[in-house]
Amino acid sequence: MLTALLIMTGIALALGAALGYASIRFKVEGDPLVEKIDAILPQTQCGQCGYPGCKPYAQAIANGEADINQCPPGGEEGIRHLADLLGREFKPLSEEHGVEKPKSVAVIDEQTCIGCTLCIQACPVDAIIGAAKQMHTVVDPLCTGCELCIAPCPVDCITMEPIGETVETWKWKYPVIEIRKAA
Amino acid sequence: MRLFGFHGGVKPESHKSQSANVPIAPLPLPARLYVPLRPNTRAVAHCVVEPGQHVLKGQRIGDAEGVLGTAVHAPTSGIIADIADYPMAHPSGLTTRCVVIEPDGDDRWIERVPFDHRAVDRQTVLNHLRDSGIVGLGGAAFPSHIKLGAGSGIETLVLNGAECEPWITCDDRLMRERAEAIVDGAGILFELIGAKRILVGIEDNKPEAIDSMRSACRATSLPIEVIAVPTIYPAGGEKQLIRVLTGIEIPHGRLGGEFGVQCFNVGTAHAVHRAIRHGEPLVSRVITITGNVERPGNFEVAIGTPIEALLAHTSPRADTDRCILGGPMMGFALPDLRVPVVKGSNCIIAASPKLFPPPPPELPCIRCGACARACPADLQPFELYWFSRSRNFGKAQEYHLFDCIECGCCAYVCPSHIPLVDYYRFAKTEIWARERESEAASQARERFEFRNERQEREKAEKAAKLAAKAAETKAKLAQQAGQEVASDASANATGDDKKALIAAALARAKQQRSTVQPKNTDNLPQAAQAEIAEIEARRQAVGTQNPDAPERASPEDEAR
Repeated sequence: MLTALLIMTGIALALGAALGYASIRFKVEGDPLVEKIDAILPQTQCGQCGYPGCKPYAQAIANGEADINQCPPGGEEGIRHLADLLGREFKPLSEEHGVEKPKSVAVIDEQTCIGCTLCIQACPVDAIIGAAKQMHTVVDPLCTGCELCIAPCPVDCITMEPIGETVETWKWKYPVIEIRKAA
Repeated sequence: MRLFGFHGGVKPESHKSQSANVPIAPLPLPARLYVPLRPNTRAVAHCVVEPGQHVLKGQRIGDAEGVLGTAVHAPTSGIIADIADYPMAHPSGLTTRCVVIEPDGDDRWIERVPFDHRAVDRQTVLNHLRDSGIVGLGGAAFPSHIKLGAGSGIETLVLNGAECEPWITCDDRLMRERAEAIVDGAGILFELIGAKRILVGIEDNKPEAIDSMRSACRATSLPIEVIAVPTIYPAGGEKQLIRVLTGIEIPHGRLGGEFGVQCFNVGTAHAVHRAIRHGEPLVSRVITITGNVERPGNFEVAIGTPIEALLAHTSPRADTDRCILGGPMMGFALPDLRVPVVKGSNCIIAASPKLFPPPPPELPCIRCGACARACPADLQPFELYWFSRSRNFGKAQEYHLFDCIECGCCAYVCPSHIPLVDYYRFAKTEIWARERESEAASQARERFEFRNERQEREKAEKAAKLAAKAAETKAKLAQQAGQEVASDASANATGDDKKALIAAALARAKQQRSTVQPKNTDNLPQAAQAEIAEIEARRQAVGTQNPDAPERASPEDEAR
């Protein structure tokens, strides 16, 4: 009886020690779930979800504070991916957060720009270059199309222009099955 | 010599006799040439001419830009009418920047100087090829100077004259008529790449070409061998031809160059010969025009000739409903007949519903496995089809989607008439688009995080600066307090820092005001000064408070 008790206690202690050691030795820094969610989000950093950037939104989803359908740039596909990752039900994009738009970039009308630097301060990815009282311009390949520069502009010289298809970005269409009349 | 086989392949009807028996004919210049400033889909040349300028044949109009860039030249002498966007030879029908040349009819060359490739170092020769606009003429238009690479580790140079696609005969005619030039070009490539032997693979349905190439080879001392390979489509695929000739099987996702074999098209060898021996840049190519036309044949065509001008010359029959660029297996229907001939265009087939009946409707996959038996790339086309169809791109990549050469064998044998290649093309471009997107996203994430970090740092720096300044003032104050009143000031300074700081600031302001601020009475004449002094004295006597007294630091006072 005593031997059995001692053996069981011994096993419990040994396993406990092993688990305790493992929890210190193999500690995971940060929350891997947040990283995974962040990888799905489009990194537009537009704040349409109500959080200041994609990472905070990812954090909020991971904490269960935000829903998965608040990201208009990610669109339906993004929501599907999030639903898959988190094992939740797909739901359509929440209307209060905006609508899915074609990808576009900001364009500054350089004739109208007064060089106030407000848009430079608003850009979350530093994609606008210029200096005080100097003309500003958007570096196209860096622009995420977040539209955050439009509101601060005092002379309304920034417009969003959809990105056209080029030979490099052109895609073959999904083969359409043609339905023809039976002869 | 022992030949090897490759898996799969099909034997479509060849249809080569229509165009193969007519000698290569020059084509009269059209009214306008549209020369795209895009040697291939991956690079754009930098335009170096202006509208209105007169150019000579072979004059450079676009400089090579980027790693995969090659130069672009004027295909004839004439005036540059325009530099604008025109449709290009691409399934999308999108436009690209073109230089429009109105030929002056003289067809006058620039000064052509033969290039001695033995007198200069290797890199100079490669640069000469790049600046002569030499690209692979087999279809992909990949820059040849890149393929020539580092110049070591290549044992075998394979010259591809297989021309396995039905209808196309441009390489066949070129080998029959210009075999010496091809062999000479192959010799130049051979020296540049440092190979030990040259193998020329030609399908055995072209006996005249084989004979002509063999007799040209006899005249040289090169270790070159012309080999007739069995006619099985796609024997002209790079990996397939290498496999047949050398027995080397190139694994998934690798290139021939890694296994000591490099492959060039016979047309490319011919272009290299022209560029080195005659100093002529690549401004024209041989193209097959066949199908539903009255006079099929091969033509030496200036790059930039609109395809409608070519067709007009060969008189298509009335029931022609579309044109296919490339062969029937891998080519695509042209969305617009105004597109110009480019360096990679090898064949134009006028199609009619009789010659190419519309495909029967797509039926469900019956899992017969015919496609897997036909696939020359050793893939499982049915798996790729299911994954592409369901947009399961990760899985499609796991099944080596990118090793698919889009040869069309699987779709050719499919009993359910599924346009399999269309699904693979769709999946490939979709995967590329996703890769671009995720690259852009990670770049945006990095920039956003860097910006946040920068803002945090700036804030911290500002706070640190303020704190340092406050500490400095405090220290100064403590020192002053120590000098002035030793006992009670110490209690004051330690007890209420803020009050002390305010007091110090006030004292400083007062001092500044009295010293710096000029009084508006300073520049008055003597008499007035005296009068003011008198008034001040009177004010003192009456008992009016001195405006400079410390108790009355009111706003009005400050403003004064």
